[in-house]
Amino acid sequence: MRFLMKTDYYQDIRLFKYRSTFFWYLALVLGCVLLPKIIDEYMLSQLTFICIYAVAGVGLMLLTGFTGQISMGHAAFLAIGSYTSAVLTAKGVPFLLALPASGVTAALVGIVIGRPILHLTGLYLAIATMGAAFIIEEILVRWESVTNGNMGMMVDTPTIFGFGFDTEIRFFYLSLVVLILVLLLAKNILRSPTGRAFIAIRDSEIAAEAMGINLASFKTQSFAISAFFTGIAGSLYAHKIFFINPESYTIMQSIELLAIVIIGGLGSLHGAVYGSIFFIFLPQLIIISKDYLPSFVQDQTGLQPALFGLLIILVMLFEPMGIYGRWLKTKFYFEWFPLYKKDSFKREKKYQKAERH
Amino acid sequence: MAFFQAQEISISFGGLKALDRVSFTVNKGEIFSIIGPNGAGKTTIFNCINRFYDLDEGVFLLDGKSLSSAKTHQIADMGIARTFQNIELFKNMTVLDNLILGRHRKRRSNILTEMFFFKPVQRQEINSREKAEEIIDFLDLEAHRDQLVVNLPYGVQKTVELGRALAMEPTLLLLDEPTSGLNMEESEDLAFWLDDMKEELGITVLMVEHNMRFVKQTTDRVLAIDFGQTIIEGETNEVLNHPDVMRAYLGEENVCNA
Ligand SMILES: Nc1ncnc2c1ncn2[C@@H]1O[C@H](COP(=O)(O)OP(=O)(O)O)[C@@H](O)[C@H]1O
Ligand SMILES: [Mg+2]
Repeated sequence: MRFLMKTDYYQDIRLFKYRSTFFWYLALVLGCVLLPKIIDEYMLSQLTFICIYAVAGVGLMLLTGFTGQISMGHAAFLAIGSYTSAVLTAKGVPFLLALPASGVTAALVGIVIGRPILHLTGLYLAIATMGAAFIIEEILVRWESVTNGNMGMMVDTPTIFGFGFDTEIRFFYLSLVVLILVLLLAKNILRSPTGRAFIAIRDSEIAAEAMGINLASFKTQSFAISAFFTGIAGSLYAHKIFFINPESYTIMQSIELLAIVIIGGLGSLHGAVYGSIFFIFLPQLIIISKDYLPSFVQDQTGLQPALFGLLIILVMLFEPMGIYGRWLKTKFYFEWFPLYKKDSFKREKKYQKAERH
Repeated sequence: MAFFQAQEISISFGGLKALDRVSFTVNKGEIFSIIGPNGAGKTTIFNCINRFYDLDEGVFLLDGKSLSSAKTHQIADMGIARTFQNIELFKNMTVLDNLILGRHRKRRSNILTEMFFFKPVQRQEINSREKAEEIIDFLDLEAHRDQLVVNLPYGVQKTVELGRALAMEPTLLLLDEPTSGLNMEESEDLAFWLDDMKEELGITVLMVEHNMRFVKQTTDRVLAIDFGQTIIEGETNEVLNHPDVMRAYLGEENVCNA
């Protein structure tokens, strides 16, 4: 048991409530900084992808995990971030500007798309965001003068003040720093009125509105900030893989991002990181462990995706509270939200029958 | 002095006329109750004030200002807070966070300043926290401060919902069946708090209530409705003893027994 002598409420709004929490995070960061010394280049590259996916995951987590709005089109924001950064740096704009510009462009597109469709809920919203992503993908294909269409384009090595991120290890550090910054910004939003408004919208739109929360405005803000972070991730992604074309950003990737936040645990920033680790490392683990299986199993085609799928199912089934509980909640939104008002009245009648009046 | 007024309000759902030219006047600083059998249209009045529904006809006036052109979230900004018949709390948040959410309409920050958690944002957070603590004190919620709402007993949830409404610092508070599901002791507490809210905080209260004893104990004036129509509006005793009111409730009793 830990007792806290509260001197004032300032203690409660600090980023880390306990000093020990801070030191644990510090140890974690130090661990990440030292890690490259002991692992090979390939693993390091995978770690970089974890950071990049986690940044995008934080973006989607704010929208889906905290605001309760589902998006099946987030690969489009990743694409916008990638292309913005690729085009800008190719034109000689410093990476230090191109990176935030990727986020801002994605956020602006997010507002344009989000505003008209955000009154939709559940599956309807999912389909609408998917449709928007198709449109964006098509634009990237057709806008050849800028994007080079299906031919794709090469992406420069990012440099900051002449320092080139041209090695695995340097790029990993870059991604790690961006991830930490993004986590801090997201955490700040969540411990402020806007973040609480997001969660309020997720838990009860009716009550949120009655408290003075402007649903349209806050859903749009959630969409924008979500797109912003995903756009930032897109920039890193482009510079990591050197070559981008519209086919790199498919519906499959949107679904993967969604899977990352759901598996990681909706409604937690940690979840975005856990989900990314799960998604990047698990296939590796399967490949490695394959060597230890009997040869007739080893030779089975499609073993790796099947095992991966199976593990996803198992996590969804057996993760006791966190993930499973929240999953139920999202399902509840799917099932009830379009009919919410109507059914809340059904509930009222039942309740009146059961109680005295 | 007329503080809040409903003038000839009507609304229909399909063929059903849920409210039919209902009018009433709530004076500044009083506790006003709406009574009537189930399905009379009481909650519908609240939902119309809140602008969840659009009135077919008529108008609500707060301090002489029409609510007709306001959106739901703007109603809160005008100082009208409410609770719900079936409790609409943010169930996966703590009691404290629910109360702090009540402070939303007072916020001066925006997502950009919050992202960096600048000093003014910090001060605002501390200020919200202090207000929330005042309410925790007022409603005796210390024991539940950091608990998730979903884990609390029904009566405490109702208190938290009242607290969240109070955190908005409303001038007009709408309570939909505040005693339903409460035991005797909890109802007594509520009557006590209502009195304090009226005397010390100067809040005007408009409530829907079924418990006649409670109405008698707390309320200044009453509106009785049935089938969406006014039976009578007046002083509490006058209304409760009115033959048509008694008949409306008696009628319901018969239906229940049948
Ligand atoms: N959204 C709605 N759609 C259809 N009918 C409704 C709706 N809201 C209320 N009603 C009907 O209006 C009448 C009054 O309901 P309500 O105001 O909830 O009654 P109460 O006085 O018990 O609070 C009831 O017959 C109810 O079924
Ligand atoms: Mg009702």
